[in-house]
Amino acid sequence: MSVLAHISDIIIPVLIFFIVGYGFVSKVKVYETFLDGAKDGLKVVIDIVPTLIGLLVAVGMLRASGFFELLGKLLAPVTTAVGLPAQLLPLLIVKLFSSSAATGLVLDIFKTSGPDSYAGMLTSILMSCTETVFYTMSVYFLAAKVTKTRYTLTGALLSTLAGTVASVVLTRWMG
Amino acid sequence: MLNLIWAVMILLAVLYGALAGNMSQVTNAALDSAGEAISLCLTMAGVVALWMGLMEIARKAGLIEKLTRGISPLLRLMFPNIPKGHPAGDYIATNIIANIMGLGWACTPAGLKAMEELAKLEAQRGNPEYLEAGQKEPVGQARREVTAKPTGQMGQGSAHAAGRDAGKDSRKPESAGRSRRASNEMCTFLILNISSLQLIPVNMIAYRSQYGSVDPTAVIAPAIAATLFSSLVAVLYCKWKDRRN
Repeated sequence: MSVLAHISDIIIPVLIFFIVGYGFVSKVKVYETFLDGAKDGLKVVIDIVPTLIGLLVAVGMLRASGFFELLGKLLAPVTTAVGLPAQLLPLLIVKLFSSSAATGLVLDIFKTSGPDSYAGMLTSILMSCTETVFYTMSVYFLAAKVTKTRYTLTGALLSTLAGTVASVVLTRWMG
Repeated sequence: MLNLIWAVMILLAVLYGALAGNMSQVTNAALDSAGEAISLCLTMAGVVALWMGLMEIARKAGLIEKLTRGISPLLRLMFPNIPKGHPAGDYIATNIIANIMGLGWACTPAGLKAMEELAKLEAQRGNPEYLEAGQKEPVGQARREVTAKPTGQMGQGSAHAAGRDAGKDSRKPESAGRSRRASNEMCTFLILNISSLQLIPVNMIAYRSQYGSVDPTAVIAPAIAATLFSSLVAVLYCKWKDRRN
């Protein structure tokens, strides 16, 4: 556990050191290049502002309506059996279809339980280790004009399940 | 997809809010959340700009390219049947590295190119489903058109049926250009992609810090461990499927 915490602590400074150092040694104008990239990063964020407004409003309204509490009560028997907080089940399902809608739910969990709580930590890990299954499949297979996807869905769901199990185990272990 | 999800969330919120008598909370939540989205974006803007700035240095210094070449031996293990030097291999490598480094903008274009190249590879292998219209046997083509034309007015269903019959007649792929089956490489590539190898979950760190985490980056190492595990499962499953086919 302390190993994981240690890696988490040092990885960003080490990466920054390595990238800037490597760039400097290879005679890249590191500062100007950094500014260029940062500018592009800002554009990316500006592009997602409307998305975030739309989704946070929708999730916020849904939470305020009391619907999540109802859902939590209904799902409690299932989720407690497998060690998932009730808030996570809707997230797991929505995430299969849309990562931005899932982001709305993630932020709601952070707000209500805190990012460092069991649910918050589990959510953080879970969101970092899986992709949006149906969205990715439809976009990519469309590019190759493929309609029969064979075992892709099974494999994708299997790997998502593996990621979910790993997240639960790791979160328990760290907590 | 999002049109449906969003509409359902909004409509459900208002309906259930009305039923449960929480309408004033719903009103406040709508207004507050909109403002919250903006403050969240401010935090994100800083983190994402920092990361993209660093990645630009890495790209200019040739690090990204080096990494892309570095994983090719690993990719040979996963895709032994892609000929050496085929562009599909390059695009797959680019897509995977972009995924690992969190370069969202570079991911999808390379991934789509990879799928197109894999489709071309199938055509080169002579898979009839992947041959373009121009490459089809001329006789089959002409016959299909003749048979399909008169039935065209009878609605789509019957036109389809007629087309299928014509295909059977001429014995040649009427299926060309449609109803393609994914190749093994495509399945493997997508399963790997969805298992999502990622080094630094940049967005998640930004969200965590916005909502007051004492240690926003604590997620990095466990996320790498979880991602490695899900990818390992993906690799084993694909290898097992490859062997069976």
